[in-house]
Amino acid sequence: MFQVLKQKEMDLKGFDMSNNIILRVEDLHKVYGALEVLKGVTFSLSKGESKVIIGPSGTGKSTLLRCINRLTQPSSGRVWLDDVEVTDHKANINQIRASIGMVFQDFNLFSHLQILDNVRIGPMKVKGMSKEEATKLAMEELANVGLADKVKAYPAELSGGQQQRASIARALAMNPKLILFDEPTSALDPELIGEVLTVMINLAKDGMTMLVVSHEMGFARSVADEIIFLENGVILEEGPPNQLFLHPKHNRTAEFLHKITELYGETVK
Amino acid sequence: MGLLNLIWSSFPALLRGTVVTLELTLAFLSLGLIIGISLALSRVYGGQVLAKLASGFEQIFRGIPALVLLFLFYFGAAEFGINLSVVTAAILAMGLRSSAYQSQIFRGAIQSISSGQMMAARALGMNLYKAARYIILPQALRFSIAPWSNEYAGVLKDTSLCYAIGVVELMRQGRYIVARTFGHSLLIYILIAVIYFILVYIGLKGLRLLEIRLHVPGFETKRNGLERI
Repeated sequence: MFQVLKQKEMDLKGFDMSNNIILRVEDLHKVYGALEVLKGVTFSLSKGESKVIIGPSGTGKSTLLRCINRLTQPSSGRVWLDDVEVTDHKANINQIRASIGMVFQDFNLFSHLQILDNVRIGPMKVKGMSKEEATKLAMEELANVGLADKVKAYPAELSGGQQQRASIARALAMNPKLILFDEPTSALDPELIGEVLTVMINLAKDGMTMLVVSHEMGFARSVADEIIFLENGVILEEGPPNQLFLHPKHNRTAEFLHKITELYGETVK
Repeated sequence: MGLLNLIWSSFPALLRGTVVTLELTLAFLSLGLIIGISLALSRVYGGQVLAKLASGFEQIFRGIPALVLLFLFYFGAAEFGINLSVVTAAILAMGLRSSAYQSQIFRGAIQSISSGQMMAARALGMNLYKAARYIILPQALRFSIAPWSNEYAGVLKDTSLCYAIGVVELMRQGRYIVARTFGHSLLIYILIAVIYFILVYIGLKGLRLLEIRLHVPGFETKRNGLERI
């Protein structure tokens, strides 16, 4: 038994190495009472890759993201980050989460902290970085997202777009292996979406590994390597944006893409 | 002339009583604060057992009159061979009682913080302790100042109950003076009432200033951002 497990682990590691895979999600299920939200989701993400998850509301997109860093406990299935099994209950989940950035729909900046503190608190309190070092890092990350002049502001004093950029800086300051974006632009006024997407596009171009739940097809078409179409808790179709747009395998995919393109337009050309 | 003399001669005793009253208040509130926050955290983040225990503790200490608690801790404990000094008995009875009330204040405040704050903290890799310490409590404690000022006023005034088990605080010093001077109860009790009033008043002002000082945009303490609606 042990030998078999060992063998399996080695296989997985070997697979990881050869394909540069950072994230593997295997047969993930999530059940809430009688409701099965995720019904066996399997996919992987290589280093530097960006994938966009789309799908009707209530189909398990956010649940899927939260299962990846176990903010929600998956019912079954496995998640691997590099060669660490996230779903292993003996794994140090706090350490794993520290290397997975997360950006939320409602930003969730810490309301009582100035923007600078929001960004440096992770490096300081989770990674034990010195205050000077963390401040320097936070200033750099904030400058990168265009908020160098807002470091002393409190979240409530910023626009939604600024708050979301600050929360991206907060994620980046942890130097994550990948970042999960949970509908990062859904709570924004239309004229503020562009500034957040620009930051995300630049990140993707700089080689950040990203898993994005979003219906912003502008982002998907300009930088995403793949679109994952999730419906009713399963991946219905997965492939490069052009393939999904031009030659979808399923009618449902075509229908859905058509609908969201019509609804959301393409903010970024 | 006689009255002024009486006030003048009572002054040192009343001052000593006032100091003891303030010391008791500080002790009750401090014990209540430490245990109250722990109870609130247990109820919100503790497991089922811990939450139940905390809740039971609160029920007991909120359900028994302060005077009965004082007698239980002083006279009652003595029957079990536990001889507590009056001050120790008072601190235990009133401090634990206050913790049960303070716990409600903190629990309400913690639960009013959006769940996204905890989620973001955990997503950064903070464990539950760090998330509570650096993210949740700093916000919850800000919300707690206003309701906590009620607890401050209540606890300060309730120190006068400790008179009943023999703590020589402000009220008992007053009784001594009344007994010594035959009569003049009205004057002495008015003096005592004024002293309590001033202590409460100053404390409430201080807490209000603290609330304003710790104010953070988005946690409105003034008009909720609305001008004369």
